[in-house]
Amino acid sequence: MAVLRVKFTKGQRDKLAQMLWLLNWVSVMTGIILFSLGLFVKVEFSKKEELMADRDFQPVLNLLIAVGLIACIINLLGGKICYDCVDTNKFLRWKLLILPYIICSFFFTGCMLVGALMCYSMQEELQESLAEGLRDVMRYYKDTDSPGRCFLKHTMDLLQIQFQCCGNRDHRDWFHIQWISNRYLDMSKREVVDRLHSNVEGKYLLDSVPFSCCNTNSPRPCIQYQITNNSAHFNYDYLTEDLNLWKRGCHQALVEYYTKLMHSTGSTGLLIWLFELSILTGVRYLQTAMENVLRQGDPESESDGWLLENSLVETARNNFNILKNLDSTA
Amino acid sequence: MVWAKMKFPFEKRVKLAQGLWLLSWLAIVGGALNFCFGCFLKTEIRRRTEVMDNSNIHIVPNTLIVSGLAAIGINYFAGQICQDALDVGRFPRWKTFLKPYCCCAIIFTSLTLIGVILSFTMRSSLEGSLQVGLRNALRFYKDTDTPGRCFQKQTIDHLQMEFRCCGNNDYRDWFEVQWISNRYLDFSSKEVKDRIKSNVDGRYLLDGVPFSCCNPSSARPCIQYKLTNNSAHYNYEHQTEELNIFVRGCREALLSYYTALMNSIGAGVLLLFLVVLASLRYLQTSMEAVIGQENTEIETEGYLLEKNVSETIVEYLNPVMKLLLLNQVQDGLVKAEAGAQPE
Repeated sequence: MAVLRVKFTKGQRDKLAQMLWLLNWVSVMTGIILFSLGLFVKVEFSKKEELMADRDFQPVLNLLIAVGLIACIINLLGGKICYDCVDTNKFLRWKLLILPYIICSFFFTGCMLVGALMCYSMQEELQESLAEGLRDVMRYYKDTDSPGRCFLKHTMDLLQIQFQCCGNRDHRDWFHIQWISNRYLDMSKREVVDRLHSNVEGKYLLDSVPFSCCNTNSPRPCIQYQITNNSAHFNYDYLTEDLNLWKRGCHQALVEYYTKLMHSTGSTGLLIWLFELSILTGVRYLQTAMENVLRQGDPESESDGWLLENSLVETARNNFNILKNLDSTA
Repeated sequence: MVWAKMKFPFEKRVKLAQGLWLLSWLAIVGGALNFCFGCFLKTEIRRRTEVMDNSNIHIVPNTLIVSGLAAIGINYFAGQICQDALDVGRFPRWKTFLKPYCCCAIIFTSLTLIGVILSFTMRSSLEGSLQVGLRNALRFYKDTDTPGRCFQKQTIDHLQMEFRCCGNNDYRDWFEVQWISNRYLDFSSKEVKDRIKSNVDGRYLLDGVPFSCCNPSSARPCIQYKLTNNSAHYNYEHQTEELNIFVRGCREALLSYYTALMNSIGAGVLLLFLVVLASLRYLQTSMEAVIGQENTEIETEGYLLEKNVSETIVEYLNPVMKLLLLNQVQDGLVKAEAGAQPE
């Protein structure tokens, strides 16, 4: 009792072969798209690797790139096979190769599904990694003279300008760390010494933020120092002023950006997976139809195509017996 | 006496046709690039209309767009001609079409050449335009409450951050304009009153720049106020400090950006078109000798021009002159002479 048996006339077989040839070429294009998407995501992650602490996202990204590349190769081969299937003589060349090809493709589409699903599972790790990374970068903001950390100021400033965000959770994070290096503090001034003494760790803390937190949409020149002090600035109220600095925290901005990126990559992967699966089904039908034609002997006759020759249970039992026999003869 | 003659055996003709077919597709891509580049340049110029003074500059992207579209059309036909060129049965179809087609192609290639030359010559006009535009934009920076000018602040801030520049010629331009609106100045404070009295126009001028001039690559937190006052900041010297704010002026930055854009595509596309045109001409002339022959695999000659350059120009101008009736007087004279001679 075959699974999903369909009758094919000669004309239908030819049409199926041609359509599959075209679909295989389209699939090569989608494989290239997946490959370039994987590459783009990898580049985006590496651009911000200083902000991500410790976690390794490389396996998922490498899997996506590999899957895209293998999809191209498999579909090129599939296209060639389908092109030859129209002519029964040429089909004989491929006869022995087609079934292993179908089985390999089936397992490969499984890998594609795993890759696409893994894209959705990254969110929590991403959040933790970014929180830790941002905290470290803000702490080392002032260390522009330490090798290995001298670029962190530049990175943080560009991040805040580009993503229109300020601080980790919000701008108040800058009030708790010393972001002005001691090299630029005049230790002979009373005000500086007072501030240093005012907290346990001897840090120079201010209610101020770096210039990169300034909001370009503000109608007034940016107020970055003495933010909480209303009397220090004319016509200014800290509690009601919303356009002066960026309100969003960089943690939220980055998480949103990367989550959107990974979700769209995952969705593209799923769509491509469905497409590949349908092509594979078509190829299976074509293969069984062509084999039945050869068995019947008349190339112009009708033949049956199916997914599995016997029912699922029987096929599983047959394969299991084959494996057991192989084992016992060995 | 033909100009630029070349011999073409059968295989060479085949290779010429195949190579030309490939080139014509490349040239289509080139034309598409040209078109996209023209569109991009147009939108870029539109985005910065607030800092540019006049709109004559639009002729450059318009020329690029038109020549890009024409290039796509022309090279598509070139590709079709090549495909048919090797089949002697199909080639005569194109025979009558080829000469006017070549003329059209030459006209449009000249248009592209003009577009490229224009984009070079427009540079000085662009510079003048930017000079005036930026000066005005700096003056209206503070007017965020005046309708029509309320976006100048945002535009200038984005411009300075994106192009890493400050002011018009350099950052000192900010010292000469009042960029802090009176709405945010405390007129009861002595310092403010002094500054306003200290100059003729009653403007609040200071040696400070907006935050968008700050250079993120600087090692120290940005110093934007009291720039020329060394004692106001610890361990700071105005003359030697280079990384604090952007030293380049925005006019120079924008100019070099647009010039680089225009250079990068113009020359390459032009070269491609010239090569396609020359190859097409060779193919046409070498195929013409084959038409009507029984043995299609003979060697033929191809050339660029049938006569030499000056004779060809005269030959093409004669019909045009006749159309314009410029020869009428001369014809009359010739007839009078012919009439006088038999006597």
